[in-house]
Amino acid sequence: MLPIDERTPVAQRRNASVTAVVVTEKRVVAEGVVSLELSAAHGGRLPDWAPGAHIDLILPNGLTRQYSLCGDRWTPDRYQVGVLKEPASRGGSAYVHDVLAVGDQIEIGGPRNNFALVPSPTYLFVAGGIGITPLLPMIRQADMLGTNWHLLYGGRRRASMAFLDELSAYGDRVTVAPQDESGLLDLPAFLGDPRAGTKVYACGPVPLLDAIERAMVGWPKYALRSERFVGHTNLSATSPTTFEVTLARTGVTVTVGPDDSVLDVVRAAGVDVLSSCQQGTCGTCEVTVLRGTPDHRDAVLDDHERQAGDCMFPCVSRSHSDNLVLDL
Amino acid sequence: MSTLVPPTALPNNDADPFSDELLENPLPLHEALREAGPVSYLSLYGVYALARYEHVRAALSNWQDFQSSAGVGLSNFRREKPWRPPSLLLEADPPRHDAPRRVLSKILGPRALHTLREGWIADATALVDTVLANGPEFDAVTALAQAFPLRVFPDTVGIGQEGRENLLPYGDHLFNAFGPANSLVANGAAREPELSAWTHAQCQREALADKGFGADIWAAADRGEITYEQAPVVVRSLLSAGVDTTVHGLSATLFAMATNPLQWQRLREGPALIRTAFDEAVRWESPVQTFFRTATRDVHLGDSVIPEGEKILMFLGAANRDPRRWDHPDQFDLSRDPSGHVGFGMGIHQCVGQHVARLEAEALLSALARRVERIELAAPAIRHHNNTLRAWESIPVKVTLA
Repeated sequence: MLPIDERTPVAQRRNASVTAVVVTEKRVVAEGVVSLELSAAHGGRLPDWAPGAHIDLILPNGLTRQYSLCGDRWTPDRYQVGVLKEPASRGGSAYVHDVLAVGDQIEIGGPRNNFALVPSPTYLFVAGGIGITPLLPMIRQADMLGTNWHLLYGGRRRASMAFLDELSAYGDRVTVAPQDESGLLDLPAFLGDPRAGTKVYACGPVPLLDAIERAMVGWPKYALRSERFVGHTNLSATSPTTFEVTLARTGVTVTVGPDDSVLDVVRAAGVDVLSSCQQGTCGTCEVTVLRGTPDHRDAVLDDHERQAGDCMFPCVSRSHSDNLVLDL
Repeated sequence: MSTLVPPTALPNNDADPFSDELLENPLPLHEALREAGPVSYLSLYGVYALARYEHVRAALSNWQDFQSSAGVGLSNFRREKPWRPPSLLLEADPPRHDAPRRVLSKILGPRALHTLREGWIADATALVDTVLANGPEFDAVTALAQAFPLRVFPDTVGIGQEGRENLLPYGDHLFNAFGPANSLVANGAAREPELSAWTHAQCQREALADKGFGADIWAAADRGEITYEQAPVVVRSLLSAGVDTTVHGLSATLFAMATNPLQWQRLREGPALIRTAFDEAVRWESPVQTFFRTATRDVHLGDSVIPEGEKILMFLGAANRDPRRWDHPDQFDLSRDPSGHVGFGMGIHQCVGQHVARLEAEALLSALARRVERIELAAPAIRHHNNTLRAWESIPVKVTLA
């Protein structure tokens, strides 16, 4: 457990990127699956998150990949993610498996949550393969709240399915159904008849999610929430580590280096920008982007808002372009 | 209350922070608490006190160790029943806190408020023009600090016109009720059932306009993001925490300007300072002075231990004037960067309405800055005492038009 952090967050972030984490543990947890534990490069708390959240891992090879947080949110100084080695990996999961090592420092963005757990007296969780990762913290919470929940967990074979040890503690709430033992998942049997008061959370390969959608025709709207783990998530543009920011109202251009935040550099240039959390969660420091493509690292904007690219949060976010023009 | 046996090795303070004298001027107590050490024991109430910026900020951020679901007032919900159904936002922890917070964050988020900006600026302009048309002397509290939020916020929530005069007394009482059961609370007790009943009625789906924050909350329930039982209680949060706080924040800003003419001048010369000005006023006055937490385990702070289950009183106002964090903290100064103040809190419970408050302030201050060259006190300002809020009863001002 953490003692009270007696350093002010502002002092913590003086010398390096606020969004840097260090790999503090790397374990093989199943065939083709590694679990990473990440800690803030400066120590202290990581941004808060809720089950269903994911972070962007911005890898040193320039690729960005999203991974669900699957650890314990009551341990605020650590994140845990599970990474499946994709057979056709173009360098994301392959990098994590083959190159990334304990002690390495990487950048993260978010956390963001498109897959939030909503209140319900009953939950049905369906996981396919690495899709178990966002569901794990949901299951822990559902159990903590004493709700009626069950998990159907499929995968190729038992050896490739991660976190079985932890899940075995939940007894017969959990059904482990590897394909080489049980065939394809019997979704209608697991789901039962359409009814109110039950929320279904599903994560896994696209064919599984499609099958669940078909099996849930006739259910109330909003009963099913799913997150798609597409093999190669948005191959984001790589970001320059050093870029320029032009302040449109004064015409001044400043340089942001790899260890600077846009906020600090802009302030050093004499422009007041109000901020608060310094972590990309509160929304206070929002600035309007006039030109250039922001590299969003915040926890505020949804995908649609990120695409719009017309604002950014300079305390954590950076730039995909060599030059970003801000309305300051 | 706890056993009242003061723990050893902790500085003891037997003051009553909720006494008339200290509500009128808490600054000497704040200094004494900051200087005494990281943690003090307030023996009168048997609670632990944090007053330095680093500890208050850390406690606010650390929801795991400093819980809200045992109440954020003096009353410990582990030991006694809450006087009203607990707030789903303020008086809840993860996981139950997650869904209501997520819903309201989206509805009150900075981007969602973009559409309100133009209308609120127009409203502020109209209000200021009306006030100034009546002459150069007025009470900044009633004419502006109360009038503007009441003009724009209830409509934006979508509540009916009837009974809006209940909003300020309702909020005043509930913020008093976070403190001890003193005369401030007793004075509000008689009207409380009627005010609570009125507020509860405003939160029902049928009572709310088709468009507005209230409707948005009910729409979130339609999508299953919160339950139908939760929806009216989330609306209640807007009416509880969304009015008095902004009134007192605006009062603080106007008082600061009326007593610091150079700062008003600077603001007029550089309207980009308006955003800074409101947050500096919130730092300086800290409209919300205090909140409590409860230790979820034995918490170690320096050499001190706060035992599990005990109440902790966080002095936000003291933290916001801690000389360890702020240069010349007692000065209202627009050349400082007030970023990082804890007047809105910090972390998962940080004021979900902060962007609304800032927009209200920006609208009002920009309207005033356009019309008013000088603003000064016409008579002494008079405080309004509240167990939690730092407030003004009256700020008589005289203005010189631009």
